[in-house]
This record gives sequence, structure tokens and C-alpha cells, in this order.
Amino acid sequence: MNALSENDAGAAYPGWERLRAGVIERGEAEGLIEIAFESHDSPFGRILVGASGQGLVRVALPEEDEEQVLEDLARRASARIGRLPRPVLTAARTQLDQYFAGDRHLFELDLDWRLTKGFRRDVLRQTAHIPYGVTASYAEMAERAGRPRAVRAAGSALATNPLPIVIPCHRVLRSDGSTGAYLGGPEMKVALLEMERGAGGAERG
Amino acid sequence: MSQSKGLPPFELMLDRHGPAIHRFLVARVGADRADDCFQETMIAALRAWEGVRDRAKLRSWLFTIAVNKANDSHRAAARAPVPDDGIEARAAAPGSDPVFERVGGGSADPVWDAVGLLPDKQAAAVTLRFRGDLTHREIGEVLGMSEDAARRNVFEGLKRLRADHAERIRDERTV
Repeated sequence: MNALSENDAGAAYPGWERLRAGVIERGEAEGLIEIAFESHDSPFGRILVGASGQGLVRVALPEEDEEQVLEDLARRASARIGRLPRPVLTAARTQLDQYFAGDRHLFELDLDWRLTKGFRRDVLRQTAHIPYGVTASYAEMAERAGRPRAVRAAGSALATNPLPIVIPCHRVLRSDGSTGAYLGGPEMKVALLEMERGAGGAERG
Repeated sequence: MSQSKGLPPFELMLDRHGPAIHRFLVARVGADRADDCFQETMIAALRAWEGVRDRAKLRSWLFTIAVNKANDSHRAAARAPVPDDGIEARAAAPGSDPVFERVGGGSADPVWDAVGLLPDKQAAAVTLRFRGDLTHREIGEVLGMSEDAARRNVFEGLKRLRADHAERIRDERTV
């Protein structure tokens, strides 16, 4: 799963991190890096966050392969990708930590929507408005995005959400009440929903 | 990485090929100048990143840049007056790095010093083969020659190194 820290040739080379960081930091200073990314530990495993100059562009859950995520970013956004800190990534990390601790119900981050277009983007924009601890159905999301009969298309919009957790696609369930699929695996979806119910209920008293 | 289409993510390339390129530069220009050469090589690659079309040729493309940066460094060093700080400079190099210790400031390892004395093409071919781990086809792409010519340059270079080494051992014994 964690291709970048286990499979790279660099890990075993003396002084490599200093050499690597020197190149990436100079690339960033000269404006040659388009997408910056970092990976952090979470209660569910390692989460990768990626950002362009416009904002957060990608959140990859532990189920996703980091190398595939970067390849996908290279194809669909930019191949000028480097592992380095940027303020929006630091903010994303802090807010994700707060969310997992039950201390944050709303994300306040600049988002770059470039990885999603058209109806899919409309569905995800509507999904962003579902409050913490609340759920909706795929049919409701299709309707809110303006195409009530496109339930299946709404489902695929949510299945390809480039910004899971921040855009809470885990709050969308099947019409029969069953959980449905999740990018991070069905167990993670259930765990997030339970966490939100617990934390939300406690706070509302 | 080689199975995927399109431009590779820069970071993945850096982690995958960076160490071999740095090792190659240490052998070509010495540890003191290798870090700068390495950064120049990678920044030049990043500037031209959209130019990468064929992933099968990525490695030889990167080493072509590294060979050019090593040549630039040699030319700059030839023009500059030789500073009298060889010992301090070597002492200041990261001593805990086995790579730096072995190769030192371009003179701690007699084998790579001897490679430096080979004719240019043989020296480059031998270094690309044994420090960069390039195939003969890739060496040919980097040095602008056929695969056969690359193989011959590696072979001739090694033959000469063996002959020189045997001679040195003979000399040492007669002293």
C-alpha cells in the first residue's frame, strides 16, 4: 500500500532524504512543482493529501495504493508532483486529525475541483452540504443535483469522489438503508457513520 | 512505473532513479561536486518534464542530462584555480556516508580514479554500466552510439583497467 516508503530505491541510499528534499524544495521555490502531497497516519491507516496552487485536490484513503493515486494525478492533473509541505496540506492534516477525534464537524479548506466535472461535480457539491451526523440516499443526491432519474450516475459520482471525508460521500446510503460501497471499504464507511452519530449525539445532548 | 502510460509523477522518478544517478555522479565528478551536479540534473529534468514521451527511454534521458552536467562541472573545475583545501574539503564531506567515504573527493577510491584516466567514452561507458546500472542499449542512447559500440567501450575500458591494475601490482612487488 505504502509504495513511497517501502519500495523506493532511495530509502536505503545514504543521505538520500537530504538530496531528495534539496531537489523538491528548489523545484517548489522555482515554481516547477504543481501538485504537492503528504501522507499522514489516521485511525484507519495512512491518508494521502494532495494540493495544487488552488487548494486541496485529492484525499486518498488507506485502501488506495499511493503509487496508483500519484499516477492518476499525473494523468488527470499534472505530473509535476512532489512530496513537500504546503499550508493547505498542513491545514488538511490538522482538520482531519480533529475530525477523527470527533472535534470537527465541518472542513474549512480551499478545494480544487478539477478532478471531477459536469453532473458528477454537481452531485459532489451537493454532497458537501450534507451536515455532520446526517445521511441522504443516492436518489436524493440525484434529485438535489437536478437529475432525479440519474440515481446510478449519482452513485458513480460518489464512488469516484476525489476528496473523500472532506466531501462526505460516506453520508450517502442506499434507499433501502443499507450502507452501500465506499472507496475506503464498507467497514470504514460504517465506522465513520457510527463515529458521527456518537459524537454528534453527545454534543447535541 | 514502466507499465503506466503518459508522464510519470516526478516524485516517483526521483525516488526510483535518483540514487543511481547520484552514485554515477560521485564516480564521475567526486563526492564534493556530486550533490550540486545531482540537483542541477534533477532540476533540468523537472523543467523539461513535459518532454518525456517514452517511459522506456526515461532512464537513458535522465543519464544523458547527468552526463552533460558532469561535463559542465569538469569544464568549470578546469577553468577555476585549484583551491588548496583538499584535505579540509574531504574532512567536511559527510563522513558517515559509506558512499562518500569510499569515493571521497574524487581520489579516495583508486579504482574510480583509474576509470577517470580512461579515454572519455570508455570512462563514461564503464561508469554508466557499473555505477548507473544501465544496459548496453541505454548506454548507447546516452552516449549517442550503437548498442554494440557501447558494449565495446565497456569491454575495452575494463580490459585497460585490468592491464593497468596488473602493472601496478607488478610494480609494487618489484619495489
